[in-house]
Amino acid sequence: MVHVSEQCLNVTSLLCLKCTFCSLLSGVYEESNGTSRTAGMNGNGPSRLVDPLEDPLPGVGTYEDFNTIDWVREKSKDRDRHREITNKSRQSTVALLHSISDAFSGWLLMLLVGLMSGALAGGIDISAHWMTDVKGGLCLRGFWFNHEHCCWLSNETTFQERDRCPQWQSWAELITGKSEGPFAYIMNYLMYIFWALMFSFLAVILVRAFAPYACGSGIPEIKTILSGFIIRGYLGKWTLIIKTITLVLAVSSGLSLGKEGPLVHVACCCANILCHLFTKYRKNEAKRREVLSAAAAVGVSVAFGAPIGGVLFSLEEVSYYFPLKTLWRSFFAALVAAFTLRSINPFGNSRLVLFYVEFHTPWHLVELAPFILLGIFGGLWGALFIKANIAWCRLRKTTCLGHYPVIEVLVVAALTALLAYPNSYTRMSGSELISELFNDCSLLDSSQLCGYKQVSVDNSLADRPAGPGLYTALWQLALALVFKMMITVITFGMKVPSGLFIPSMAVGAIAGRLLGVGMEQLAYYNHDSVIFKGWCSQGADCITPGLYAMVGAAACLGGVTRMTVSLVVIMFELTGGLEYIVPLMAATMTSKWVADAFGREGIYEAHIRLNGYPFLEPKEEFEHSSLAVDVMRPRRMDPALAVLTQEGMTVGEVESLVESTHFSGFPVVVSSESQRLVGFVLRRDLLISIDNARKRQDGIVSASQVVFTEHTPLLPPDAPPPLRLRCIMDLSPFTVTDHTPMDITVDIFRKLGLRQCLVTHNGRLLGIITKKDILKHMAQMANRDPDSILFN
Amino acid sequence: MKWVFFLEALLLACFVLLSQVTAKNSEDIRCKCICPPYREVEGQIYKQNVSLKDCNCLHVVDPMPVDGKDVEAYCLRCECKYEERSSGTIKETSNPTVIVSYFQFTIIMYLSILGLLLLYMVYLTLLEPMLKRRLFGHSQLIQSDDDVGDQQPFANAHNVLSRSHSRSNVLNKVEHAQQRWRRQVQEQRKSVFDRHVVLS
Repeated sequence: MVHVSEQCLNVTSLLCLKCTFCSLLSGVYEESNGTSRTAGMNGNGPSRLVDPLEDPLPGVGTYEDFNTIDWVREKSKDRDRHREITNKSRQSTVALLHSISDAFSGWLLMLLVGLMSGALAGGIDISAHWMTDVKGGLCLRGFWFNHEHCCWLSNETTFQERDRCPQWQSWAELITGKSEGPFAYIMNYLMYIFWALMFSFLAVILVRAFAPYACGSGIPEIKTILSGFIIRGYLGKWTLIIKTITLVLAVSSGLSLGKEGPLVHVACCCANILCHLFTKYRKNEAKRREVLSAAAAVGVSVAFGAPIGGVLFSLEEVSYYFPLKTLWRSFFAALVAAFTLRSINPFGNSRLVLFYVEFHTPWHLVELAPFILLGIFGGLWGALFIKANIAWCRLRKTTCLGHYPVIEVLVVAALTALLAYPNSYTRMSGSELISELFNDCSLLDSSQLCGYKQVSVDNSLADRPAGPGLYTALWQLALALVFKMMITVITFGMKVPSGLFIPSMAVGAIAGRLLGVGMEQLAYYNHDSVIFKGWCSQGADCITPGLYAMVGAAACLGGVTRMTVSLVVIMFELTGGLEYIVPLMAATMTSKWVADAFGREGIYEAHIRLNGYPFLEPKEEFEHSSLAVDVMRPRRMDPALAVLTQEGMTVGEVESLVESTHFSGFPVVVSSESQRLVGFVLRRDLLISIDNARKRQDGIVSASQVVFTEHTPLLPPDAPPPLRLRCIMDLSPFTVTDHTPMDITVDIFRKLGLRQCLVTHNGRLLGIITKKDILKHMAQMANRDPDSILFN
Repeated sequence: MKWVFFLEALLLACFVLLSQVTAKNSEDIRCKCICPPYREVEGQIYKQNVSLKDCNCLHVVDPMPVDGKDVEAYCLRCECKYEERSSGTIKETSNPTVIVSYFQFTIIMYLSILGLLLLYMVYLTLLEPMLKRRLFGHSQLIQSDDDVGDQQPFANAHNVLSRSHSRSNVLNKVEHAQQRWRRQVQEQRKSVFDRHVVLS
């Protein structure tokens, strides 16, 4: 396999072997007549000589932690690999089977991701449901039964108290033997607080001890990872285990958080772990991000039982590049996950989500006014929540509040439990609250929210005035609204897994239901007024408060996250009511417009900016008229650009240049006088290659020449052998001229996923623009602190 | 390539297991009828284990609280729902038959994983320094140049412990992997909890 190249014809056979070190590095076979075309690392033309299926030096082509990947390089690596497999497949049957299984591997991976995520989500749902009930009491038949299952077979349930049965005992009954009276109430209260504290304490110490990356929602970091950033360990197996376990604990402890955001993180962890089974995805960061986009869709699909909504969520909110191929694969994965969850059936009755409603009552055009009002409320709430939450998180980052995460979680859990227990609407979990608010009252409901007065003879449901039960429920709901609005601000972002879909929807549902009941009573007492005369006559069932709750929930969630289409699709997949698309759309659009008037960013983008991740927002436009020369480095007062020449530098000089600067890449020029560009080489690859050459290759010393050209120059016979590094150089770096407007440059960065771009002037290399420079420039233009961009 | 076939075999096994699990026990289905108050009759809930086609007021409400001519009016108000409890049973074929519910399995597995993690955490924070101190005393404590985090002595303890006994290569690799994992967790903890760089 060792071919003799032309340079080696004049030297001894020992040195000959070393000359071909670099060719072994990338598997290039040089022909002995010297008409070879050495390949750079960015793919090759038709006369391809490199075998991309072989491994280059381990470490070359990988990225450091907290760095951005090079999308162009990854994509061309994959194209070459695919081309090679296709070419080889014509040679033998084994190779043909290999190419078929390579094509299939994407679909198999999606199937596995869907199965694993669906199974985990089912497990999380079952455990969370059980643990939430543990705060209230225990089942005597077996401690693993939750309340509903404990009372499944009992015959002692009555109409008024259909939740009670003798097998399920509250803590007061278990400890003191009494179930009524002030002492029992206090006992229950204390046990509730005890369990809430215990669960949240366990959650935060597990996160702290095993996987600190498992806290928070996960969606801002996944957005950044999908745009090309690398956070090692964020999607690893320990993070997966800890996130699953502590999510159940956090949700059961009564804290005002949901599990949708963390489920997206869990699904992406599953996808990342399963990617290691397939070479195609393990080695290529760009392909892996395609799978992660699909996994984000799977996460929302299992959280809401909404596969299509999940795919649209991934497209709209989470993904950076979303080719059409990913659309179909995400849909497949989301469907598999929904099917798995359905067969596990955690909620019985083949429902996927706890608050599945099925009403189909029509709505009238006049009701668009209160729906738009709900949209305005949702937008205002969204803007206010984002500002308050970011201020609180900034406090946590900068002041001493952040030094006591465990105590913070305990205090917030204690406060939540203390204030939530007395009000029955805050005592129940978020999903149960939403489920109760979405559901319309039927004759069979004995809850307070359906406490209407029966005025008509035939016990009809429509058009009834409020009874005392309903009034109690209304002021309790108003208190619950204020409480939830305030407590969610300090809960989101704590060091336990926390999502915010359910709390936002709960706030919106409460507001919507209040408005709906208000409208209903208004209609009852004013049948003859102009507004209601045409469509809401006496005895007609015209207003459904449950629908108002639904619209309110959508408006508030839209105001916080600024989702539009995906939110509408999720809501009507949740309810099955296609006739409610227009109210949902009206409310969502209104809330987005109102919220955008106060600030353009949704909660996830705001958190990205708070953490200083290098995320180039794909939806923003660059409005200023600066040129590339204004943003590039070096600036006028700075020292000149650190470049490498294609020959003439020694290993010692290169090492000292690399070590004296902290740049992550260096352009290679023809010579320091001409400054004509040859290529670009990354710091990491350079250091690994030099290190490896010093260890493995004989004769490489600090005085050896580093050569980036195809043919080594003739050296005096006593000179040490040269180190050939053309193979790690990128031969096609992207360049712009110094007069290119910045909006085109930013567009190039966004569309191609570049990490750096070289600036030339009249054909000569002038400077370099990196993604971090662009982000800093944009921050400066928006009068923000440019030093808040932390990573490159 | 071998991976693909192995995976497919595993998937097939999973499907077979899943189909066993979804076999319904008679305890898991029921028809539940909720009837609101009607004239003098109070509201009542009736439950019976009947199949889907028999899930209506006439089959489930037993005994019927009203007389013949009022039955229709009464039944019109009642709402009957067919409910399945998704426990699923895995019956073992050996005697005595052990019925383990799917739900029970999930919850018991969850609690055992939680318990194991807590035990491991207690071991890492409390038992290891005691073990290390008892075996070697303070003199062999090697401070690493990196930082003075509270976990750092434990990373070295493994090194010292492993050198004293002549263990096989596999165990050494496990020690190495565990140490590396410990360092990673410490790095993560520094960036998340101390410097607040990631995940504010």
